Amino acid sequence: MCNWADNAPRNRALRRLARALAGSALLCLGGLAAAGPPASPGLGRPVPPELIRAWDIDIGPDGSGLPPGSGTAAQGEPVFQAKCASCHGEFGEGVGRFPPLVDDGTPLTAERPRKTVGNYWPHATTLWDYINRAMPFGNAQSLTADEVYALVAYILSMNEIIDEDQEMNAQTLPKVKMPNRDGFITATGSDIRAPACMHDCVAQVRITSRAGRYKREQAAK
Amino acid sequence: MNSRDKRRPEQPTRRRLLQGGLAGGLAALLGRPARAADPAPPTVPDWTHHLGPGVATHPYGQPSPHEQSVVRRYLPHIQPTRQASISFTPLQDLHGIITPNGLFFERHHAGVPQIDPEAHRLVIHGMVERPLMFSMRDLMRYPAVSRVHFIECAGNGAMEQRGAVNKALQFTHGMLSCAEWTGVPLKLLLREAGVRKGARWLLAEGADAAALARSFPLDKALDDALIVYAQNGERLRPEQGYPLRLLLPGWEGVANVKWLRRLEIGERPWETREETATYTDLLPSGKARQFTFVQEAKSVITWPCPEHPLPGRGRQLLRGLAWSGEGRIRAVDVTFDGGRNWRRARLSGPVLPKALTRFEIEWEWNGKQALLGSRAIDETGYVQPTLAQLRQVRGTNSMYHNNAIQTWLVHPDGEVEHVQLG
Repeated sequence: MCNWADNAPRNRALRRLARALAGSALLCLGGLAAAGPPASPGLGRPVPPELIRAWDIDIGPDGSGLPPGSGTAAQGEPVFQAKCASCHGEFGEGVGRFPPLVDDGTPLTAERPRKTVGNYWPHATTLWDYINRAMPFGNAQSLTADEVYALVAYILSMNEIIDEDQEMNAQTLPKVKMPNRDGFITATGSDIRAPACMHDCVAQVRITSRAGRYKREQAAK
Repeated sequence: MNSRDKRRPEQPTRRRLLQGGLAGGLAALLGRPARAADPAPPTVPDWTHHLGPGVATHPYGQPSPHEQSVVRRYLPHIQPTRQASISFTPLQDLHGIITPNGLFFERHHAGVPQIDPEAHRLVIHGMVERPLMFSMRDLMRYPAVSRVHFIECAGNGAMEQRGAVNKALQFTHGMLSCAEWTGVPLKLLLREAGVRKGARWLLAEGADAAALARSFPLDKALDDALIVYAQNGERLRPEQGYPLRLLLPGWEGVANVKWLRRLEIGERPWETREETATYTDLLPSGKARQFTFVQEAKSVITWPCPEHPLPGRGRQLLRGLAWSGEGRIRAVDVTFDGGRNWRRARLSGPVLPKALTRFEIEWEWNGKQALLGSRAIDETGYVQPTLAQLRQVRGTNSMYHNNAIQTWLVHPDGEVEHVQLG
């Protein structure tokens, strides 16, 4: 009976009959619902605000989400040397392929620019957010809020963005103006228009760079 | 019944090929060890005499041992550690448009978390009427959709910006894979949570040890974003975000947050590290483009390629892949003379939006040096640029989103070399 009702007879009277039958038979309701667009299951459970606070670790560029606590460069230095310097270098210069943190004056327009906290990062809050969520590499989310504030202060101070004795906290950090704050353009659509030329498209074809011939054993990794 | 005749080892053309030193390339193409003689009929091989292993010898099936070179590979020198690195898909040895799950490229920022799905939750909060928490069991009870989409790392091709560096297709283009993804449309979950007026952006956060976080516009969430728990018919691989990942079809890989545990809805982007310090495209002016989400149309010839040289002169069937983050591939053109002239290729197999698409074209090779390249055009009319066109606008330090035409130099001996044209 339910199947018959779901199959929606073409005849209008039959359709009405089917609806009436289905409506009176509770067992058929599920089947009828399946014929239309599926109802939203609504299986998510409400989350109380105190639980959200535990989940919500992100910091906005306006400082929203920054917890109580504070730190200075002097407090940050020993933490940095103990927990960060093995990868980022004693002076934030970067070890091996780990990223440098300190601007060495190389401009972003150089042939080989060096993107660092000092010359590239647009927001100081990002530093707090990132250290707090992902650092130290391999032991993430192990630092106290005070330690994160102190590390942020130390890295900003190494970059001469804040003074050595300036305290970083939820009020002061969002006010720090990063040198490259205005260095970003939000992309809107494509920036390149290439023609779909089919014949005699280039006057001269010139090879400018070669990778070298491939050898099979190079791939054995 | 000429197929046996064709296999006779005495066949002169075949012997010439072998003498020409091309056996390796040809053998690789045919999946046979080099220098194996063609079996002369009526040879009956072992496998025709004797029983093979029974069912479930490998409870999870494995490829033929003859395909053991078809694996992901990585380059130790490009990243500081293996946990924050990339492995590349062997595009040169794949067929069709689906990447097998074990060969899907990897990009992790803090290794692959080993997540217990029973302990995993997705929280949706922020500018919503009803903050909601979902278990995996909850999410899998939602009406599911399955869609085929590629994922490409924004850094695919980044090493080639200043000049031709990598010798193999696997490394020039292998941060690219395509799968059938199954999950729940994000808009369905957002409707249940009730997005508040004024909301414009979302933050997606992973449960890995990078707690990787990216902002993306609400428009995308309400368009085709998916919360996926399966790929190619099975639950996600840990490397692809098990038990749950965000899928933003056509957008740069990093935004497809793996191990997804939290979505926050807000008014503006969060300016996380992965959308400021990294994954921003530095221009010659010193300014950087930010939120360059779309992986624009791109293509590459996968046969021949450095790993698969031409077996000999004569008629060839060139094959390749094209894809666009803006939609379907409309056409692919192929050049044999370094971009002077182009011929339209044939699209083969399914042509799906924001999915890898196959193309083919016949070519009569005269045995002389040739410069091969392919150019994708998508349904918006966007034309894949040359490297020169790309560099003119973006310079050589933009790092991400290199979708330039790839040039393969075919040497007279059939070998294929990665080169760049000026």
